Amino acid sequence: MNQPDTLATIAHQTVTFADGLALECGVSLRQLDVAYRTYGTLNAARSNAVLVCHALTGDQYVAETHPITGKEGWWEMVVGPGRPVDTDRFFVICANVLGGCMGSTGPRSQRDGDGTSEPGPWGTDFPPVTMRDMVRAQKRLIEHLGITRLFAVLGGSMGGMQALEWAALYPDAVFAALPIACAAYHSAQNIAFHEVGRQAIFADPDWQGGRYWQSGTVPARGLAVARMCAHITYLSEQALTRKFGRRLQNAPKDPSEAITLFGDMFEVESYLHHQGSTFVRRFDANSYLTITRAMDYFDLASDHKGDLANAFRGTRTRFLLVSFTSDWLFPTAESRAVARALNRAGANVSFVEIPSDKGHDAFLLDEPDFHRTLAGFLAGCAEHAGLEV
Amino acid sequence: MTTHDPVRFIAKNMRVDLRLIAGMIAPGTRVLDIGSGDGSLIEHLFRTKGCDARGIEIDMVEVIRSVAYGLPVMHGDADTDLSHYPDGAFDYVVLSRTLQAVEQPRAVLRQMLRIGARAVVSFPNFGHWQLRLQLLTRGRMPMTPTWDRMWYETPNIHPCTIHDFFDLCAIEGYVVERWLAADDAGRRAPWRRFPRLANLFGEQGLFLLRRK
Repeated sequence: MNQPDTLATIAHQTVTFADGLALECGVSLRQLDVAYRTYGTLNAARSNAVLVCHALTGDQYVAETHPITGKEGWWEMVVGPGRPVDTDRFFVICANVLGGCMGSTGPRSQRDGDGTSEPGPWGTDFPPVTMRDMVRAQKRLIEHLGITRLFAVLGGSMGGMQALEWAALYPDAVFAALPIACAAYHSAQNIAFHEVGRQAIFADPDWQGGRYWQSGTVPARGLAVARMCAHITYLSEQALTRKFGRRLQNAPKDPSEAITLFGDMFEVESYLHHQGSTFVRRFDANSYLTITRAMDYFDLASDHKGDLANAFRGTRTRFLLVSFTSDWLFPTAESRAVARALNRAGANVSFVEIPSDKGHDAFLLDEPDFHRTLAGFLAGCAEHAGLEV
Repeated sequence: MTTHDPVRFIAKNMRVDLRLIAGMIAPGTRVLDIGSGDGSLIEHLFRTKGCDARGIEIDMVEVIRSVAYGLPVMHGDADTDLSHYPDGAFDYVVLSRTLQAVEQPRAVLRQMLRIGARAVVSFPNFGHWQLRLQLLTRGRMPMTPTWDRMWYETPNIHPCTIHDFFDLCAIEGYVVERWLAADDAGRRAPWRRFPRLANLFGEQGLFLLRRK
């Protein structure tokens, strides 16, 4: 499939760290680019900074029109003036993750010129990065912005994993952490779904072993199938039924024509095709491989002698864990396990399960209870932090 | 139990009851309130005594309300979630009018005095004269403003009297540092120095315990 490379045409706000970044895998990136957006104003005490961490296919355009899709920011319901993360009050930062494709160093970046390899993008030679590497890259950005302690770090799904990693890695730099709809490790089921997506990309002839830039194509078919598969995991059965049920896209006039093998027959199929085809315009296949792997690697307990509580011992960070009743990708039990580990570590933890039938995606959608909870928790933390309005 | 029947025992005047409990808690201490309800006790302790007060609550509606109000509350169950806290994590662990509704009152008390140096426990007194009289004269489970649910739907599955509670403390080796009986509005009753009278006239018992 000949799909133009839309990603190449955009300039992002980026900071470059010429001294690079040493990764957990042992490879050192010689140069590190971090693309980011900020909203609101940093106060004189530099104490009102809030870091938002995006999910697998999110990016730094949290609360503004997306430069490729033209759609509103992915968390405008949560971040903005008068919103739960109030940009009239907080200085909000969001960075594209390491390994991403919206301006931060990733598989699309030009390979470090060490003389041993041919010039060109990293592609699938990009080193395997981890949640911790992503958080370290974000820490560089925060320091660059002159901030020593974040008032809060929050994110949903993979963003929640990063919030946990932030609290574990830099406890003194995080006053409040809000891991939402996430877990302290990626489950076998989650890894399995990711692997289906990766295999779809590998199976696309346009992927060309990851060197698709050479022929000016992108593996649109494979990446779209990966997205379709993943998208199902973001929704609940109830949500799919409510939105589409068994409705037909084009009801045949003659009943004998009803059964066909191909084409958009059910509305849910058409919806998934649309999700797949719009996704490939804004996402890079090799980034998808890199970031899904980083999520799969994530297991915060195993990084701390097998006990998650070890990751948080002595922490003074205040935590809010949020899960959603119909989320089967990151079920409540996994958030509860994190809350209990925080209890074992003696941490100050709030934990709510929000009733919703919208599945994992609920954290991105209009959930008034969720938004009230976020706003109230942040207000309570601001009081404890002595943060002036 | 159905979802619209929260396990918590609802007092007619929660504020007064909580004020008596708050009177047993020293300022600036670490407090865990089990069954924190709408969070009034932890808010009171934070605002008036500077305590690091946290809550556990089983009713998710109350949990969401509390957190949305800025209070540190987590969803959890007295019977299953206390085991996840380390020894001595708190100075006080509070169980207000909930002991009679838990599955394992004795185990919950043990957990409270494991994770806290002291426990504050209040419960409705099943030894009250009205209950005794009703059982004696009618031969049926008593119904009073305090015990207002039929036996087949009450969440209060482990009623006890003030005498019973003294006995349990003796068996478990807990020191009763302070105790008092109060009427249902939480007002201190005048017969609080005499257990026998308290057991007859007190509508609720309130105890401050510590390990020996």
